[in-house]
Amino acid sequence: MVDACDIVVVGAGPAGLAAAEAAASHGKRVVLIDSQPRAGGQVWRHDALHGQPRVAMDAIRAAAGNANVTYLEGTQVVAVEPERLLLQDARRGFHLAYGALVLATGARELLLPFPGWTLPGVTGAGGLQALAKQGWPLRGKRVLIAGSGPLLFAAAATAQRHGAHVVGIHEQAGASAVHRFAAGLWRWPGKLAQAARLRLELARVPYRTGSIVTTAEGDHGVSGAHVRGGQGDERIECDLLAVGYGLLPQVELAQLLGCALEPEGAHARVQVGPWQATSQPRVFAAGEACGIGGIDCARVEGHIAGLAAAGAAVPRALVQRRDRARAFAASLRQHFALRDDVRGLANDDTTICRCEDVSLGAVRTHTDAREAKLATRCGMGACQGRICGGALAELGHGPRGGMRPPLFPTRLATLGEPVLSSVSDTRGYTP
Amino acid sequence: MSGHDLIIVGAGIVGAACADYATMQGMRIAIVEPGVVGGGATAAAMGHLVAMDDDPAELALAHYSLGLWEAFANLPQAEFSRCGTLWVASNDEEFARIPEKIARLAASGVAAERVDARELYRLEPSLAPGLAGGMRVANEAVVFPPAVARHWVDRAITRGATYHADAVFRLDDRGVLLHGGQRLHGPVLLATGGALPSLLPGLPVRLRKGHLVITDRYPGVIRHQLLELGYADSAHGGDAASVAFNVQPRPTGQILIGSSREYDAVDTGVSMEMIRRMLERSFHFLPRLRELDAIRLWTGFRPVSVDGLPYLGRAPGRDDVWVAAAHEGLGVTTSLGSARVVVDQILGRAPAIDPTPYDPSRVQP
Ligand SMILES: Cc1cc2nc3c(=O)[nH]c(=O)nc-3n(C[C@H](O)[C@H](O)[C@H](O)COP(=O)(O)OP(=O)(O)OC[C@H]3O[C@@H](n4cnc5c(N)ncnc54)[C@H](O)[C@@H]3O)c2cc1C
Ligand SMILES: Cc1cc2nc3c(=O)[nH]c(=O)nc-3n(C[C@H](O)[C@H](O)[C@H](O)COP(=O)(O)OP(=O)(O)OC[C@H]3O[C@@H](n4cnc5c(N)ncnc54)[C@H](O)[C@@H]3O)c2cc1C
Repeated sequence: MVDACDIVVVGAGPAGLAAAEAAASHGKRVVLIDSQPRAGGQVWRHDALHGQPRVAMDAIRAAAGNANVTYLEGTQVVAVEPERLLLQDARRGFHLAYGALVLATGARELLLPFPGWTLPGVTGAGGLQALAKQGWPLRGKRVLIAGSGPLLFAAAATAQRHGAHVVGIHEQAGASAVHRFAAGLWRWPGKLAQAARLRLELARVPYRTGSIVTTAEGDHGVSGAHVRGGQGDERIECDLLAVGYGLLPQVELAQLLGCALEPEGAHARVQVGPWQATSQPRVFAAGEACGIGGIDCARVEGHIAGLAAAGAAVPRALVQRRDRARAFAASLRQHFALRDDVRGLANDDTTICRCEDVSLGAVRTHTDAREAKLATRCGMGACQGRICGGALAELGHGPRGGMRPPLFPTRLATLGEPVLSSVSDTRGYTP
Repeated sequence: MSGHDLIIVGAGIVGAACADYATMQGMRIAIVEPGVVGGGATAAAMGHLVAMDDDPAELALAHYSLGLWEAFANLPQAEFSRCGTLWVASNDEEFARIPEKIARLAASGVAAERVDARELYRLEPSLAPGLAGGMRVANEAVVFPPAVARHWVDRAITRGATYHADAVFRLDDRGVLLHGGQRLHGPVLLATGGALPSLLPGLPVRLRKGHLVITDRYPGVIRHQLLELGYADSAHGGDAASVAFNVQPRPTGQILIGSSREYDAVDTGVSMEMIRRMLERSFHFLPRLRELDAIRLWTGFRPVSVDGLPYLGRAPGRDDVWVAAAHEGLGVTTSLGSARVVVDQILGRAPAIDPTPYDPSRVQP
């Protein structure tokens, strides 16, 4: 068992894989950690039916297959201590000492509450995609997809490849914003080609802009949704409804480490310098944790962070590529900005905190997020506000409160009796 | 603006109890609290309503208060749950000392019973084998302290109390000066917990940090608040950091795990080392805990006076400044009795229990 290394990379998505490969290629002993059973992160999540794209397999081989890289799958970072992390996998809890750290913890979906959103059969857009890839039966199911951003296309394409009948894609952004975004795509030819491919694949699927799912209906599970758009209100029958309003950086580990954050809309992202260094010494961050930017951005940032963590020179060309990729992210954010009315869909009876079953009405009477938590238990449950915190921040109820360990529900044995390991043999980390 | 009958500074559980009782007595009061009501030590506490027998004055205040708590047994937001307390004896020596404890508690009116090992495991089958027995205090309960504080403040406001979301900057001759520049006139009651010395440097308060762990929901794993009989050694021990077995079944089915005590640790961060020590102690008594999931760890600070008893009464050398602070690890329990002991004195009445042991003037300048 490893108990120490030069560099720990947390997250084996595109950013983490690139970071691990870059650091390992400079002779550093790297430990790559991911909580999922297989490497790839969100975009390259292994598909039970279709495997993984070539580019993903190459990236995984280059990182996890490198002799200098130890890959720990199904392993979570649950807490931090000076100079070491506390990890757990399905069997045990243990410490891992590091010389430098790369946070490539990615993003999660922004779910906004609306009446009916907790019905069985209602998921996020990314959530639907993940379920499809895990082999959830979709064949012949009528799937309605709504929310905002390019993730809707990706989710629709995945669902369709798994035999679903996608009855529509409803984008909240207005037609003009979407057209302006599309018109600017020539600046990122790779993105343009990808968009064209997806559009072709989904040629038969109706795509509506300026269209919002206002309510999901059904008795035991969703059977239809009310959609409000340019043509007024209509009810659309469906067996599954996937609604995702974009992504949020996962900053909790960075927060525990004391890294400075900066606002990303109503949310937070990890603040990094030109070489992906955070405000904490020897801690770097890359990919969506530093702001939603997409896969190209994640890969190049991972590469830079891996080099910087290894103390290697960062070529100028990489920095330029990163800046271009970030410009694409900015364009996305601008054109798919959420319209005000998506923030007003939930009513007082709509559940906001699923863990503790708290409705929006109960929270609304409090002006302070901490007061609301202490009075209503909102955010006190197993997810510790991961879901409702993002929604409440977006709805203008203040940021999620102070982060406390553990990062995920953690066996008490992990916290109380971690396997002991020597902290001393970090092999003299010198960047 | 005309003066107040009383300006209560701090809306933790103690200030809130004072506000509730004072307005019940018809006083026109102001409440000053810069943060969330019950957001200080009160939000970190375990919320165990418990009588400890090791100091007669502490026991008298706890017993008086426990009686007053009965009025809130059916208040939904109090999450009052009468789980009872089960003190666990690790060995025959501890078991043999139980009758003395029962006698001391009985002298103050608290009913407790000794249970042998068989009965102990019948009551709590998850306890580790090899324990000698225990002492059960069936009537004790647990509450959710910050929500109770909120309820008391809300009641006081409906009885006419004014609420000032600001901090007291300093005391002056006629009342208090707030950070925002406003002045309030009237007698002052300081219920500022661990922050007392910043307004009243003559009354020392040391902070004693504690860690807590809460689990996901596992209803039925334990039924009583469980403590080791050696707990008092940790609670009253010297300056060294200590841990003791102290776990509680929440009404949600969660298990709240304490407890650690550390002086002079000032940062609010969680020490994983302290968590480890605390959990090791807990596993020793309750091995099943190992397989349960924790969802949050946090810390809080117990405000400790020079001798461990709260300061309740007139501030030394001041006419119109009163104190209700420094309740250490028992302030939730003793909040109700404390409020009466102080407010009755302010109103010129004799309190129901002898106030002398808590008189702040015991502190020599
Ligand atoms: C009986 C009882 C049961 C409870 N049950 C639950 C439960 O089931 N689930 C749950 O989540 N909570 C529970 N709580 C805890 C409660 O929600 C708060 O977490 C509690 O107030 C402890 O506060 P806190 O310090 O963790 O942070 P918060 O209440 O979030 O905030 C307190 C302050 O501390 C600061 N702070 C927070 N984290 C740090 C840090 N790492 N370092 C420095 N400063 C920090 C914050 O900025 C904030 O200003 C319970 C509390 C009680 C009394
Ligand atoms: C880990 C832990 C576990 C505990 N478990 C239990 C238990 O099981 N049972 C029990 O009975 N007790 C328990 N306690 C003890 C209990 O929490 C405290 O004794 C009690 O909460 C103290 O209440 P308070 O109102 O005096 O202080 P606080 O709740 O700290 O309130 C003081 C208030 O004063 C305000 N304030 C400070 N300065 C100013 C100013 N200048 N102007 C205006 N306002 C100001 C603060 O904002 C704060 O809200 C525990 C404590 C800890 C830390």
